[in-house]
Parts: sequence; structure tokens; C-alpha cells
Amino acid sequence: MILETAAERRALLDRSHTIAMVGASPNPTRPSYFVFSYLRTRGRVEIAPINPTITEIDGVRAYPSLAAYAAERGAPDIVDVFRRPQEAPQVAREAVAIGAKAIWFQYGVVNEEAIRIADEAGLDVVVDRCIKVETARFDGNLALGGINTGLLTAKRRAR
Amino acid sequence: MSDRSFGFRTRALHAGTPPDGETGARALPLHLSTSFVFDSTEHAAELFALRTYGNIYSRIGNPTVAAFEEKLASLEGGLGAVATASGLAAQLCAVLALAQNGDHLVATANLYGGTITQFSVTLRRMGIETTFVPAGDLDALRGALRENTRAVFTETIGNPSGNVADLAAIAEIAHAAGVPLVVDNTFATPYLCRPIEHGADVVVHSATKFIGGHGTVLGGAIVESGRFPWGAGKHDLLATPSPGYHGLNFVETFGEYAFLTRARAEVLRDVGAAISPMNAWLLVQGLETLALRMPQHVANARAVATFLRGRDEVAWVSYGDLPDSPERTLAQRYLPLGAGAVFTFGLRGGREAGRAFIESLELWSHLANVGDAKSLVIHPASTTHQQLSDEELTAAGIGPDMIRLSVGLEDAEDLIWDLERGLAAAKRVAEVAK
Repeated sequence: MILETAAERRALLDRSHTIAMVGASPNPTRPSYFVFSYLRTRGRVEIAPINPTITEIDGVRAYPSLAAYAAERGAPDIVDVFRRPQEAPQVAREAVAIGAKAIWFQYGVVNEEAIRIADEAGLDVVVDRCIKVETARFDGNLALGGINTGLLTAKRRAR
Repeated sequence: MSDRSFGFRTRALHAGTPPDGETGARALPLHLSTSFVFDSTEHAAELFALRTYGNIYSRIGNPTVAAFEEKLASLEGGLGAVATASGLAAQLCAVLALAQNGDHLVATANLYGGTITQFSVTLRRMGIETTFVPAGDLDALRGALRENTRAVFTETIGNPSGNVADLAAIAEIAHAAGVPLVVDNTFATPYLCRPIEHGADVVVHSATKFIGGHGTVLGGAIVESGRFPWGAGKHDLLATPSPGYHGLNFVETFGEYAFLTRARAEVLRDVGAAISPMNAWLLVQGLETLALRMPQHVANARAVATFLRGRDEVAWVSYGDLPDSPERTLAQRYLPLGAGAVFTFGLRGGREAGRAFIESLELWSHLANVGDAKSLVIHPASTTHQQLSDEELTAAGIGPDMIRLSVGLEDAEDLIWDLERGLAAAKRVAEVAK
């Protein structure tokens, strides 16, 4: 199912504990490193880089492929995709093959075929969003940056 | 949580100001703290590298200020906001986020005098040149755009001339040239007009005016739509490696947040024009009642404008809501709830009549501000726009007979009573002069 609403994205993030990040880079100026670093240091999820050209990022072991990750650690709750749009269908097929529960296409990773592959296989799908921004939107941190989170509530945030 | 699209009044009260997560405080806590402790050295490093969200030092961000920013961004329909010490600081930071030495801006000529001098003197000295074009002349606007133009700037309602900008048409011309439209929405406030809905990309405010609403504190803000393609080739400051952040490319790393991130983390950080958390707290109070105050400001302005228009001592009244105003069509399109509460009129009898008028008023405060709950009056040619040349005064639509009113929330009949006394005094002076 393609998740369109903030409530659906929040529920996905709340129920997810493992994230395999395809295309994670150790280069500290790359967007994927910003996202990796935020999720790692925040510490609520287990995050693993999927990148055949590296062995680790900041001490976190990298896997050469989603299949290699799944062979050792089982299916991840979310496959987070930092690849060129034309490579997204292949990532979607691999995510389906290992039984991932959801696939998250980062900003600009928009490919209709990839979306269809994941959606038809029953994965939850998020498109053209940043998993760091959405995590921060719901944990209250994004608001510290003066960003319009769209969240209105008279309830105290769970601590 | 729900995905409901809440109304303006609900967002004015709740956006950006949920109960405090730490204490449950229902009112917004005032965080008068210059600095914030780090959880660890790693947390500190992540914050300084912009990899995590959080507070370091209140020159860059502060939780109370952030609440004001989010609330205003929500009301304007923007992606986010960066608050500043004043409206002029907001403009400066918005321009410096887009332009540098050698770049060019196009602005309509009928702007606040302080804006004109900021652009034509201070920014010019910094190597950023501005071409001013007559308000409403779309061909002149189109013709003024250059290869190195980085933004088009206008005011929703021109100060003090009262011209209403054709925002959609101006945005279309700017976008065709690959540049964003920056709109000063101070006079309209997001209650009367939301420029982003009409194609604007960046909105700036002097929150000192109607947003604060009580003439108490200075403040400004930059709001961004999140829609402009900053990486499309015209804005190297956002889309090439920044020496201020170890080669960070804001567009590549922050996507739609590129402009806001640079405006805060590089420009506001380095310019230092931060707003006090105390001021931001008061501006939040102001926003909460904006939707209650603005209709009354507008109703009083209409009553006062209608009164003045019927008086022999008054040569002309420039208020977009009057039926025969040349701004009426644009006002009805962009300001359907009212053309604001600041307008001008011409007093017969020259400078001395104007002096007698202003000095005989009891209720109208003679001062250089607008947007107070109290009614205000001033003679722009000798005050707010005094630094302008004769040419600039003409281009800005300011004659020596012009009086500017900012209509407050008093009883309209009392305001009119006072104006009658002022007009009588002006008439006596004019007759003696004859």
C-alpha cells in the first residue's frame, strides 16, 4: 500500500525497528550519511548500510546486498532507498525477495515501476520523502528548526 | 493524530505550540536561555554539522522562537520559517540567502522607504544591485530581469501608496526567468493574504506590525514555500559546495529545506540578527488573536476611509477597498477580506495644514510605526520616507500632501470625531494662508 498521509507514515515508523539503507555513504557531505547518522545516533532503530563498496560506517557493519543482510539478520522492517531512480526497480525486486515489510524511496527516488513492484507485493511504500525528516517530524525535533510539521495537538507528547 | 486540514483560527492557536513535552505546560514556555547543553560530544558534533535537529545557541535557534516560526509558517501555508530581529533583518537575510556580490534584484518601486534604502544603499555597497520598476508595470518588470537576477521583490500592499501587487502575474514572470518571487506581506498579514497561494516563493514579514499587534516588540520572519527549484541553476549559493560548512551542498543535502537551512545555519548565524525569545513569545500571543483583530482593523479602516472621502478638506483617499479605487480589482482578488488598515490620503492646504492636522489630533498617535492596536498617523515625506530622493519619492507615489494612517481598534466613531477636529484645524490654517 502506498502511504500518503502523515498518520500512515507515523504508524509505519512507530512499528518499525530495523532499517536496511541501500546506498548509504560514509562521505559526511552526502545526504544518505546525514540520514544514517541521525537515525543511528537517535538510537531507536537498528540501521544497517547496504553498500558493496564499504565495510562499515561509523562502526556499523555494512552488507554488500539486501540478500546478504537478510541471510544473517532476517527481513528488515524498512528498506530505505538512496539510489538513482532508474535503479529503484531492482532494489524493489530485492526488497520483495527478502520479505521486507516496507520500502521507503528518498527524495527524488521516484520510479513508477519500482513503486508498482513493491505495492503489488504487499509492501508499505513511501515515495519522495525523507525518513529522517519524517522521523523528526513525529518526535518533535523537526519543530525545533522552525519547520511547519503540520502536527496539531493539545496532548502532551509521549516521553 | 489526524490528517485533518485545520482552519486558520485553529492553527493560529495550536500550530507550533503543543503542550510542553517536558512539563505539560499548556502555554508556550519562554526559554530565556542563550545556550543549550549537549547530550554528549557526539551529539554536539552532530548538531554543529547540521546532521541532527536541536538547539545549540539562540543566535541560530531557540525553542520559543521555533514555536513562533512554525505557527507563522503554518498560517502562511509555508514549509517553515526563520525568525529575525526585525522586518529589515528578515529581508536582509532572505536576500543574502539568494544573492551575493555581483548579483542583481528587481523590485517594485513603491516599497517601504527603509526597504528602498536597504536595497539601494546598503545592498548596493555590498555589490548587490537592485533595479526598481514602477508598481503595476509588468513589462518593465520583465525587461529589468537579467542573467544575474536572483529574485524579484514586492510588497502585497505597498507602503504607503497602497498599491496591491498582482502576485500571480509577477510570480509567473519571475518563474519564467528562473528566479523566485519574494513578497513582503507585512501590511496584509496571512489573515488577509497568503502570497504562497498566489505563486510567491518566499514571504517576509515585519512581525512588529499587525502580527505582534500591540506596538510592543520588534521581530521579523522569512517563510518559504518549499516549492522553488533551487537546484535548477540560478542559485549557486544553495546548489554548490559551501565553504561555511565543509563543502556542504544545501540543495543536495537538504532538498526542499535547502533555502531555510541556509538562511538559518549560514546567513542568520553569520549576520547575527537573531530575535529575542521574549519577543518571539509576544509575537506568538499576537498570532493567536490575529484573526480576531484584523477584521476589526479592516472595519475601522473602511469607516475612516469612507468618512475622509466625503470631506472637502481631503483631496484624495487611497484605500483599495473604496468602490472607486484603482486598486479595487486587485484588492478584491488578493485581499477579499479587506485591503488592510494602513492607507493614505491627501490633505488640501499644503505642509502647514498637514502640521496643524497632525498636531491637533488627540487619539491618533503621531509616530513612525504601523499595525498597532492603537491608531497611528504620520507624514511620510518628512519622516519614514525622508531619506528618499525626489525621484524616489515620486516613484514610490509619495507627495508632500500625503498623510498615512494606521487604523487601530478604537471605536470608529471616536476615531472619526478626532479626525474631524484635525480637519477643522487644517482648514483654519489653510484659510489664514489664503
